[in-house]
This record gives sequence, C-alpha cells and structure tokens, in this order.
Amino acid sequence: MFETHLLSYIIFTPLVGAVLLLLVRNETIVKSLSILFAAITFILTVVLYLTFDAAKPGFQFVEYVPWIYSLNVAYHLGIDGISLLLIVLTSFLTLIALVASWSSISKRVKSFNFFVLLLEVGMLGVFCSLDLFLFYIFWEAMLVPMYFIIGIWGHERRVYAAVKFFIYTMVGSLLMLVAIIWLGYYASTLPGGTFTTNLVELYSIAPTIPLGIQTWMFLAFTLSFAIKVPIFPLHTWLPDAHTEAPMAGSVLLAGVLLKMGTYGLLRFSLPLFPESAFKFLPLMAILAIVGIIYGAFVSMVQKDLKKLVAYSSVAHLGFVVLGIFAITVESIQGSVIQMVNHGLTTGALFLLVGMLYEKRHTRLISDFGGLARVTPFLATFFMIAMLGSVGLPGLNGFVGEFLILVGAFKSDFLGTPAYAIVATSGVIFAAVYLLWMYQRVFFKTVDKPENEKIKDLNVREIAVLAAIVVFVVWIGVHPITFLSKSEPAVKALVDTMVKAKVGALGALR
Amino acid sequence: MSFNYNDMIAVSPILFLSAYSLLLLIVDASLKRPANICYWLTLVGLVVSGFLTVFTYNASGNAFNGMVFTGRFPAFFEIVFVLSAALSVLLSKPYLEKERINFGEYYTLLLFATLGMMIMASARDLMVLFLGLELMSISLYVLAGFVRRDAKSNEASLKYFLLGAFATGFLLYGIALVYGASGTTNLSVILERFSVTQNDPLLWIGAALILVGLSFKISAVPFHMWVPDVYEGSPTTISGFMSTGSKAAAFAALVLVFSYSVHPSWQLQLVIAYLAAFTMVIGNLIALVQTNIKRMLAYSSIAHAGYALVGIAAANSLGRTGVLYYMLAYTFMQIGAFGVVSVLENKEGKYLQISDYEGLANKHPVIAALMALFMFSLAGLPPLAGFFGKYYLFASAVSAQMTWLAVVGVLASVVSVYFYLNVVVSMYFKELPEGSTSVAISKLGATALIIAAAAVIELGLTPGYVVALTERLF
Repeated sequence: MFETHLLSYIIFTPLVGAVLLLLVRNETIVKSLSILFAAITFILTVVLYLTFDAAKPGFQFVEYVPWIYSLNVAYHLGIDGISLLLIVLTSFLTLIALVASWSSISKRVKSFNFFVLLLEVGMLGVFCSLDLFLFYIFWEAMLVPMYFIIGIWGHERRVYAAVKFFIYTMVGSLLMLVAIIWLGYYASTLPGGTFTTNLVELYSIAPTIPLGIQTWMFLAFTLSFAIKVPIFPLHTWLPDAHTEAPMAGSVLLAGVLLKMGTYGLLRFSLPLFPESAFKFLPLMAILAIVGIIYGAFVSMVQKDLKKLVAYSSVAHLGFVVLGIFAITVESIQGSVIQMVNHGLTTGALFLLVGMLYEKRHTRLISDFGGLARVTPFLATFFMIAMLGSVGLPGLNGFVGEFLILVGAFKSDFLGTPAYAIVATSGVIFAAVYLLWMYQRVFFKTVDKPENEKIKDLNVREIAVLAAIVVFVVWIGVHPITFLSKSEPAVKALVDTMVKAKVGALGALR
Repeated sequence: MSFNYNDMIAVSPILFLSAYSLLLLIVDASLKRPANICYWLTLVGLVVSGFLTVFTYNASGNAFNGMVFTGRFPAFFEIVFVLSAALSVLLSKPYLEKERINFGEYYTLLLFATLGMMIMASARDLMVLFLGLELMSISLYVLAGFVRRDAKSNEASLKYFLLGAFATGFLLYGIALVYGASGTTNLSVILERFSVTQNDPLLWIGAALILVGLSFKISAVPFHMWVPDVYEGSPTTISGFMSTGSKAAAFAALVLVFSYSVHPSWQLQLVIAYLAAFTMVIGNLIALVQTNIKRMLAYSSIAHAGYALVGIAAANSLGRTGVLYYMLAYTFMQIGAFGVVSVLENKEGKYLQISDYEGLANKHPVIAALMALFMFSLAGLPPLAGFFGKYYLFASAVSAQMTWLAVVGVLASVVSVYFYLNVVVSMYFKELPEGSTSVAISKLGATALIIAAAAVIELGLTPGYVVALTERLF
C-alpha cells in the first residue's frame, strides 16, 4: 500500500506542507515547518531510491487512476532510473535551498516558503508523470511559483526577469500543448484508436506518424525543452532570471528547472519521434557545441559573479545536450549523471555567491580579492564546488564530462569524432574562466578595507554546503552507486533508438 | 395550438422566472424602499429557477410545437446564466450602495435580461431566438446606463443601444432571408431541408447576416468596437454580467444555428475560423496596451470570445463541449475579475487604473490572491478552469483538421499572458504607494469572489463531471 502510492506521497507532501503554512503566523515556525516538510519529502525520495529495483525493466511505482474519461486522461505516474535520480536531486536541493535561505529572506517569509514548496510539487510532478496532459499541467503549474520567487524576492531588475522567464517558457510550452493535442488526435484516427495522452501507449504510436508531420511534432516538443535547457540561441532568458532570482530561486532554477529540458529531450523528444530526431541530430549537436564554447567565452568576460555562474550553466548544459544526441549508452549515462552534477555544483556555487552577497552586498568580482585569508571556510567550499564544475578528476564533474565525451567520440549516430574533439576544448575554457574568477576573488591580497570584515560561514551554512560536498565527492569517486540505477533505462532508450535507426534504413532500402 | 402539462414542466425555469420577474416589478413599485427586498428576492428567484433547471435536465426534446428546445442544452446554459446573474447580484448590492444607485429596478432588469438569455438558449425557432435576444438586449441597454449622473455610463448605454439596434437589424434581415430560402424559421426544419436548400445563395447570405448579428453580441472582431466603451462605462457588476451572461447566450445561439442547424460543412466554417483567429489575435494585442483595468478586461473578453469561436468553427462534438465548458469556466473567472474591481473601486474612480493595484498584496492579501488566481485562469494556466477549456477548444480545432487555428490560438494566449501578468506584477512586485488607505471589503462581495475562485479551481481539477454534462446535447 505504501509503495503503490509512494510517488503520490512524494509529490503531495510539499503541497500539504504549503497548505499548512497558511495557518501559521510565526515566522520561525513557518520556516521550520517548511523545512520539516521538505525533509520528509527528501526522506521519502531516499526510500524510493532504495526500494527502486534497477534490474526491473520499464516503469516502476506506477499509479494509474482515470481522471477525465472523455479525453482518456489519467493520473498516471511512474519512474525509471533517469527520473529517479532527478527526483532525489529535486528533493535534496529544495531542502538545501530552504535551509540556506533561513536568514536571507526577510520579507513575506510565509509566501516565500509557500512558493518554494509549491515549486517542489511541480518539479516532482514533471519527473513522475507518464501522461502528457498531466506532465503539461505540472510543467506549466511550476512556472507560477518560480515567477513569484523571482519577482518578489529577486534583485533590482526582478520584474523584467520574471516576466521574461514566464513568457519565454510559455511560448515553447504552448506549442508543445498543440503537439500534445495533435498526438492524442492522431491516436484517435488509428483503427480502433481513441484519443489518448498516455505516454506508454504513445511510445508505440508516435513513431509511426508520417515523417513530415512527425518533424513538426518533434520541433514543437524540442523547442519547448530547448528553451528550458536552454540551448543556444534560446538562452537569453537564463542570465536575467538566474541573476535576478534570490539565492534559493537560482539554486532551484539551475539545479532542477534546467534539467526538465534535458529530461524532456530524453523522455519525449527522442523516443517519441526517433526518425525526426535523427534528422535534426547534427543541428542539435552543433548547437550544443556552440553553447559549450559560447557559454565559456561569455562567462570569461563577466564582471558579476552570479552572471558568470549563470552563463557557465549554458556551457555545462551544452555538454548534457551533446551527450543526449550522441545516443550511446556512455554518453547518455554521462548526461544523466551530469544533470545531477550540474545541479549539485552549480547549486553550490549559487549558494556560495548568495552567501557572499549577503555578507558583502555586492557580486562584482572586482570588489573582492584575497578572501581566502578572510573567509577560509567559504574559500574552501568555493574551491571544491568550482573544481567540481571544472571537471577535476576525483570530483563529480569529471565523471559526467568524461562519459559524455567518450560516448560522443565513438557515437555511430554522430558519425564523426569531430564533435567530441571540439567539445573537449570547452573543458579547457571552463577551467580558464572558473580558475581565473577564483583567483581574482580569493587570492592576492585584501586591497579593499570592506573585505576585511566579511564574516566566514556559520554552522548552518557549513552544514548545507558540506551536505552537497559529500555528494560531489561521492559521485566523483564512486559514481557506480548512481549510474547503476539509471543504466537499464538508458540502455533501453538507446536500444529503441538503434532499432528505429535500423528500421529507418530498412525502409529506405 | 394547445398547451400541455409536460411542455410547462420542460420549460419551468423560464416560466417561473417570467412570472417571478413580473411579480418583482410589482413589489418594486409598491414598496417605499424596495432595493434590499428586491435584492434578496432576486437571489431567491435565481436559486429557485436554477433548482428547477436540474429537473428539466434529462427531458431532452422540444416543446410548444417545436418552438423551443428542452433538456440538456438549454439547461446547461440556464445554469450558466443563473450563476452569472447570481454572482453579479451578490456583488451588486455593496457596489450599488457605494455608487449610490441602489434601486430596486436594477434587480428586476437583471432578471429580465437573464430570462432573455434563457429564451435564447432554448430557441428552436429563429423567432424565439430573436425574442430572447431582444429581451436580453433591451434590459442590458438600460442597465449599462444605470449610473444616471455619470457621463460615461450614459455614453455606454447609448453606444450599446445604437450599435446593438443596428446589429439586431442584421440579424433580423438574416432571419428573413433564411426564411425566404427554406420557407421556415424553425431550426430543425431548416436542418431537414438543408440538402435541398444548401445550394440556394439566399440561405447563405441569410446565414452570414445572422452570423454578423450574433458576432456583435459575442464581440467578435471586427464587430467589437462597442465593447471597451460599454464595459468601461457600465456599472462594473453589469460589465461582468454582460461579458459572461450575454456572451454565453449569444454563443448558445451560435451553437444552435451554426453547429446544429445550418450545417457548416461549407466555407462558412472557414469564415468562422478566420473570425476566431482575428478575434483572438486582435483582442489580445489591443489588451496589451490598456491602462484601465475595465478596458483591459473588455479586450480580454473579446479575445476569449475568439477562443470559444474556435469551438464553433470546429463544429464537431468536441467543439460543442468545448464551447459549453468554456462558457461556464469563463463565467467564473471573468465575473471574478470584474468582481474584484467592483469590490475595490470607489466613486472617485480609484482602482480603475491597473497602476492603482500596486502593492495590493500587502494591503489586501486575500483579494490580491483571488485576483491573481483569476488572471492565471484567464491566461490559461493549468490546473485552472481556463486551461482545461482552452485544451478542449484547441483539441476540437485539431480534430477538425484546423491545427493552424490551434496554433494561432496558443500564440495569442502567449500574448495574453503578458497583460494578465501585468496585473499580478502590480499587485505583488510593486511596493505600496505612500499614504494609500485600505478599502472596506464587503462580506457579500468577498463571498461571491470566493465562490468564483473555488469554482475556477474545482472546474480545473475535475473537469470530467462538467464534460459529462455536455455530451448528448440534442
């Protein structure tokens, strides 16, 4: 009984927490209560992780309750190894973000915690949905809390950033909605078919769509995901939203929201429309590489720490997209683990930048210098997160990038190692901009009197960062703990794609 | 001609409301201070006729020698009208007291307008349709000008009347031509003779003129010019009532004429599709630049007529369900939005500009949250009622091979997000201006808003029940 509804418990625990918050007045109780519910959710996802059986094929923990009969819509949940990792990441980062914002949010504390918990509901729902209608609802519903988080608690240009974020995402997702409807309609035109948005059914139906229309479907879905990832040149909302959002907002944006785009590519774009995916594969790979290089170069010239971290996301997500479209077991495994890695390291970097901002009220790199002496703890954690992001062997980023590049190098789908070779340069650029930034902020002498008085991390902040660092090192040293969970799902996906490729070639002959 | 008992039962909500309204007219005339009594009596009347509707729900068929439809279709719309009227009435009392126009005839006129809408939705004959339309329109002309001393209200009334009379002329001319082509004004007979008359240009000219007349009432582009001025000038509660009730009534008529009777397997379907596309795009684009919230809601109501027209253009059962569902969902969210304005605004015109809403969330958190909910629902965000309505309407377009129309619709929705968010931005992201005072929120008004908000959420979460009510209509 517990296990059959575990996913529902996970998704709706934060909602219960959010509703309970409305009844409480005291700010300390509000904060504790929301942390409590985020913690319960996290514990539930750990239980989920431990009970998940990687050996079993297909979706697990499936729940199916018919919802809207006339359109055949169901409350249909289920996870595989890929969504499992992202669910745990989501609940972990939400908890971290809430604890980290204990003292940084001073106005409308209740609303803030309310929206963060609501956001968690949406994020978890997206990763669990096996019905396109349900998926779309979570996907869109999540926009609203994020919009408020950026718009109310953000920095100077928050309104602009919030509206831009909202409208950008909406353009993509509404076109996806038309594609979803069209898929349902297509299913109803087949002999004996009914209107359906059931993903499991559509997996066998959608690839049979004539290529001309399938291409449009693929584009509609992929546009929506590409905006979310974001893939160059659709990334322009990202620096604004990340920079203007409050600390917790940036952490969840970078940590989880961006992953929804790459998750969508893996869950929908590739397996639903394999043939069209092959058609656009070179383009997507090139855009991914452009993102890697472009993101790195733009990061290099940033004066604002938060903007630098934001642009570095464009580069990192470029790797993930490259891995996805290389369609080998290694590269997609690398992409999956890199999604988690990026959530951890970039999340940690946003936290650190946020903490620094709280203490010094500036984010300009030129305002700092020599902080290693003043704030040794902060400098250490910053170093670990930064090196994880660079891809230093022994830390998490290396594992992901290595797998992606190996996979891309030998990928039959890409057909040439050229993509991997060019992408490798991105690793070097990442080292350049991150190390250079670190040097300017933390090394040399303290030449500004304001910096002398910066307080080092307190116990709460250290605990939050240490929790992240545990995973940064764990994935770096022993990634198999996590990779083994997602491997069967990735293998199945690659098998599907290979079969589709063979089928497509067969049809040509 | 003979009357029988079953016919009476089948149209009992209409019969009851006719008698009741006339009675109310006498009560109003014979009392010294009738406003409060009329208010409660009106609510009672609406509840009773809504209750009667439930009994007629499964008596699908026709009555009075085929002059009116009975059963599901009219009953569904009657519920929409009753809800629209009841919510407006609930919001009206505090509003009218604030504006010092609390007179009994307001409520009587509102009941007569509701009655007209009910007659429209059960019309099986074009003459009955016309009768209902006139009863509704004339009552609304008066209500639009109810703030007697206000120049804008007078302008609204006059404009609505002149343009409305003109549109009615088109409608009547269209009815005459259709009669000329098919020899009848009965919609079912027109349907029967369709195979014979469908090549007669008179039928199509007539149908086009009827479309023009009804497009005026639903405020489709390019027949929308009156809407912003009328909605701005009318008492806010009446703007809410007009933009939901009378729009729903005109959509009922559109479904009856163009989705049921005159079979649109012909270019007319494409004409309606273009009408829908223009209405969605232009309504949303012009709404972008509005600074007055009533005008913004007026243009948004134009755009929403466009969305619902998609269902008429699709002319399939999904489309009909979509229109019906959307009218119900739209009634709640639109009356909710106008209701928030009516609750807040005062005689000096405060809270009529969107900029007046700055920092509202600090001052009136509950009202701001309700307004945000209505805005998100109007923008079509899941899991609210507005989203599911759009989903159904766009699904009908896709299954009628008009995917382009669905694409136009979603792109127009993206535009709409901007101006709906603008209100939310003002309420939540802007600071409270210095020296602003809070408004006394009436309990009745707040009750109506909370009912509407609950319905917006509920309809979005469990749309299946309403959808089930809209199947097997005729």
